[in-house]
Amino acid sequence: MNIKNLYLPEMATIQEVIEETHNIITFRVTLNNQEAMKNFSFEPGNVGQLSAFGIGEATFVINSPPTRMDYLQFSVMRSGEVTTKLHSLKAGDQIGVRAPLGNHFPYEDMKGKDIVFVGGGIGMAPLRTLLLFMLDNRSDYGKITLLYGARSPLDMAFNYELQDWLDRDDLDTHLTIDAEYEGWEHEVGLIPNVLLDIAPSSENSVAITCGPPIMIKFTLQALEKLGFKDEQIVTTLEKRMKCGVGICGRCNIGSSYVCKDGPVYTGAQLKELPNEL
Amino acid sequence: MAPVKYLKSTDLKSWLGELAQENRVFAPRYEGDAVIFAPFDPEQEIFIKYAATAPPKKTVFPQSEKLVDFMYSKDPEDLSRILIEAKEVLPQGTAIVFGGRPCDVRGFTMFDRVYMSEEATDIYYKARRDNTSFITLACDSTENTCFCHWVNSSPSDPTGSDILAVPVTGGLLLKAVSDRGESLLTSKLLSEGESKRDEAEKVIKEVADSLDQAPDLAQAPKKLLEVFDNIEFWEEVSAKCLSCGACTYLCPTCYCFNITDETQGMKGSRIRSWDNCMSALFTMEASGHNPRPTKAHRLKNRVGHKFSYYPDLHDGVISCCGCGRCIKSCPAGVDIREIVLKAIAFEPTVTEG
Repeated sequence: MNIKNLYLPEMATIQEVIEETHNIITFRVTLNNQEAMKNFSFEPGNVGQLSAFGIGEATFVINSPPTRMDYLQFSVMRSGEVTTKLHSLKAGDQIGVRAPLGNHFPYEDMKGKDIVFVGGGIGMAPLRTLLLFMLDNRSDYGKITLLYGARSPLDMAFNYELQDWLDRDDLDTHLTIDAEYEGWEHEVGLIPNVLLDIAPSSENSVAITCGPPIMIKFTLQALEKLGFKDEQIVTTLEKRMKCGVGICGRCNIGSSYVCKDGPVYTGAQLKELPNEL
Repeated sequence: MAPVKYLKSTDLKSWLGELAQENRVFAPRYEGDAVIFAPFDPEQEIFIKYAATAPPKKTVFPQSEKLVDFMYSKDPEDLSRILIEAKEVLPQGTAIVFGGRPCDVRGFTMFDRVYMSEEATDIYYKARRDNTSFITLACDSTENTCFCHWVNSSPSDPTGSDILAVPVTGGLLLKAVSDRGESLLTSKLLSEGESKRDEAEKVIKEVADSLDQAPDLAQAPKKLLEVFDNIEFWEEVSAKCLSCGACTYLCPTCYCFNITDETQGMKGSRIRSWDNCMSALFTMEASGHNPRPTKAHRLKNRVGHKFSYYPDLHDGVISCCGCGRCIKSCPAGVDIREIVLKAIAFEPTVTEG
């Protein structure tokens, strides 16, 4: 039978483990099958299932962009059994990967527009893919604004590139934390409030946001105040998933399966779906 | 016209015995208090008077099956390094299921649209589905939980079957529905059935005539969405529900599954098992957030999936075969028919002022 096995992971090797924060690590992995690695293609926003063999699988966004294919990068926040096991892995260890899965950011529709990224906590991971993809295709997009917030500096991932983002002339980066912290030189305040202070124009703009549910809720309200319409807002959702291919039946919102029809939705698409986030 | 053959009741076991020489044959029989589909055993009585307690779902979609075997080994170049090899475990062999009812077998056609779609084909499901033949027993009577005629089917619906067997005096009239079914009708135990054709037609007509008028469910997809946010509606219809999940396990069209890993020493397996959307854990996220936190939310999803979301995705086909097992076996008396009709009839109360 010459049909791809949906459930058989590709074996991959962890090339590097980056300790991002006290509960987030990042894996840089390459598929063991060199041909498969060479032919691997994906779109910004696609996700993958990582296997901790013996424990199970969980879903993570590929947070390196398709323009940088030396490795595939995944960031993992420790929260359950699978992520705890994944946190015990080190460089050289074997890991299973089923990817790419899901849909992707509608970056074609964003060409020529100003872009506003609003990321909270680990929600920065999916935005990182698209941000780097856009920076690698910089002339396709207008002004790019990034607002990245975390509870404290200790919760902020991707520290190794934040300075570069702050220094770039073609990227307007704002970092914020929830409360004052010694030595912190950037903004202090909740993401939606800081967003209102920055007040990016909604004209010919798209806002892309991801973060914890409470942050998303108030960020959407802030975006609305700034004049962003539902179709100008893009977000990416999370659900408990098993198969990742729309079969096993748990991640649906009405007739939309987040694993295959998502995880990326526009605000307008979300309003069409039943209210079950 | 498709060939018809007659099988005497007294020859049924011998015939299944012949078929069992080259196939795994499943037939309904008592195990404890329940009638289930089990591997054919000539020593055991076959029970076909009424539909089985559990449908033959597991013959194509086992309650639990291995997807992948994995093995750990030490890297001979670097003994501190563990290598992992993962291998698929595909189902082998052919099977014949005797004695499923039209509702049971039609249920697999609802799996097919999900498990063998153009976007994604599940090779485990496909391997069993392609290699399983169904000799389906038309119903000569119905129970008060039966409602196959509500969902565009009938007690003699051959959809998904290879042979339709109709009970006639002294035996069964076997009608080939597919080429594969025809190829199974070569045994010397079978005799010419042409003379029994009229009797079989009469059996089919009598049971069809005995059915009450089916309600029109065309509005169900829309109406179920309209009551989606009405949590009081769902709390009321789910009040009796114990969240036991019997409805899902006994449902011929419930296809949700879980995937778990098991290890023993240096090897292990990734296993797929039936899952149950009535359980709070079904959608519970690692953060503790649960998009379906109460049984009202969960029953809403089960009914909504079958009568609204699935039809929305699959040309209006309702993902319920009307077998009525969820009603018959529910320890609390939840009746999915009542819920759907109530949603269809629901009119929001307009508060004056």
